[in-house]
Amino acid sequence: MIIRWALLILGGVLLGGIVHLATVIILPRTATQDAYARLTPIAPVNTVVALPAPTPEKAAMPFMDPAFASAVCRYDLSQGPLKLTVPVSPGYTSVSFYTRYDVAYYAINDRAAGRRIIELDLMTTAQHDQVPEDEEVTAADRLIVESPTLTGLIAIRALAPEPGLMRVAESTVAASKCSTQQPEPPRPPPRPLEPPRPRK
Amino acid sequence: MRLLFGTLFGLAVAAGVGLGLTYYSLTHGTAFAGLSIESWTAWPKSGTTDADPYVRASIARTGRLPTAMGDGVSFTLSSDDDGKALDGRCEVVVSGITPTARFWTLSLYNPDGALVANSTNRYGFTSQEIVRRSDGSFDIVVAPRANPGNWLPTGGVERYELVLRLYDTAVGVSTKAGREVPMPDVATRSCP
Repeated sequence: MIIRWALLILGGVLLGGIVHLATVIILPRTATQDAYARLTPIAPVNTVVALPAPTPEKAAMPFMDPAFASAVCRYDLSQGPLKLTVPVSPGYTSVSFYTRYDVAYYAINDRAAGRRIIELDLMTTAQHDQVPEDEEVTAADRLIVESPTLTGLIAIRALAPEPGLMRVAESTVAASKCSTQQPEPPRPPPRPLEPPRPRK
Repeated sequence: MRLLFGTLFGLAVAAGVGLGLTYYSLTHGTAFAGLSIESWTAWPKSGTTDADPYVRASIARTGRLPTAMGDGVSFTLSSDDDGKALDGRCEVVVSGITPTARFWTLSLYNPDGALVANSTNRYGFTSQEIVRRSDGSFDIVVAPRANPGNWLPTGGVERYELVLRLYDTAVGVSTKAGREVPMPDVATRSCP
């Protein structure tokens, strides 16, 4: 009798371990209050939306850095690659890329970009494969980032090193843009030269 | 009948153990795989695609966006160097220097990640706002009442967390605790 109960408990605990691992793995896919879900109602797709500065009463997300002005672009690459331009503020500017499940897969800051403007193309691996090779060579300074998922978030953030510089930081993130590139219309094939008409 | 009862009992144990473990590991911090330096803890991998399932689940549950690698690293502190939980009614001194970074910010949150209301609307400091000694070290007094120097108000809340974020820094996934990463000391000075 005791052995029977001990076995039942042991089996329950083992099964419990599986339940634990399964719930931990499934949780990000079922969470209804993760960052992406919180931003969905305020951030339309493929547009940069400035986030209000966090206050004790209200914040778009928990643990936002109050020294930063921030904006997000919730992207969807199903219509084609995305073009992102972010001007650089005098303080510190960074752009971070997250998948639909809030996993950070890439980030770049103003110093790494090395220019007055951070400019890059976001596309899926499949879309990257379709970029003609010669185009990639001619645009050698074009930065291409590959997104592991079709949808996700781009967080654009500019630091106000002191409170007086918050305006500058806010205007920096407000001036950034993200938009889907219109796929270029296929060029009509060159018309074959007409054979010279025989003169009469 | 006995078989049915036994099976139900086993399944109940499984559900209790499984969900209990999940809840506990997500609310009491994913303490493993972190980078702990003195009382500060960071999860540099949470800003990469190598983030483990526990970190991912914790991020999804809290609803925050992790600081991405290449942007910076954030260190969280919930107790002082003696292991005493940070208490907003006490005077806590954060002193010393930070690892090399282009900028850093120190912010105060309640355990849910919201800023804490206070009369001066100060929620944190940036590395440029801090008054320092000639050797570059600083003291930040985290206290409910005004203090001279760098005063970070707590609003008198019972529990809070400090988050030190280093931006554009070499501290990252391969960092080990040591002399290259000097984190500020944290001491509770006086409690009412």
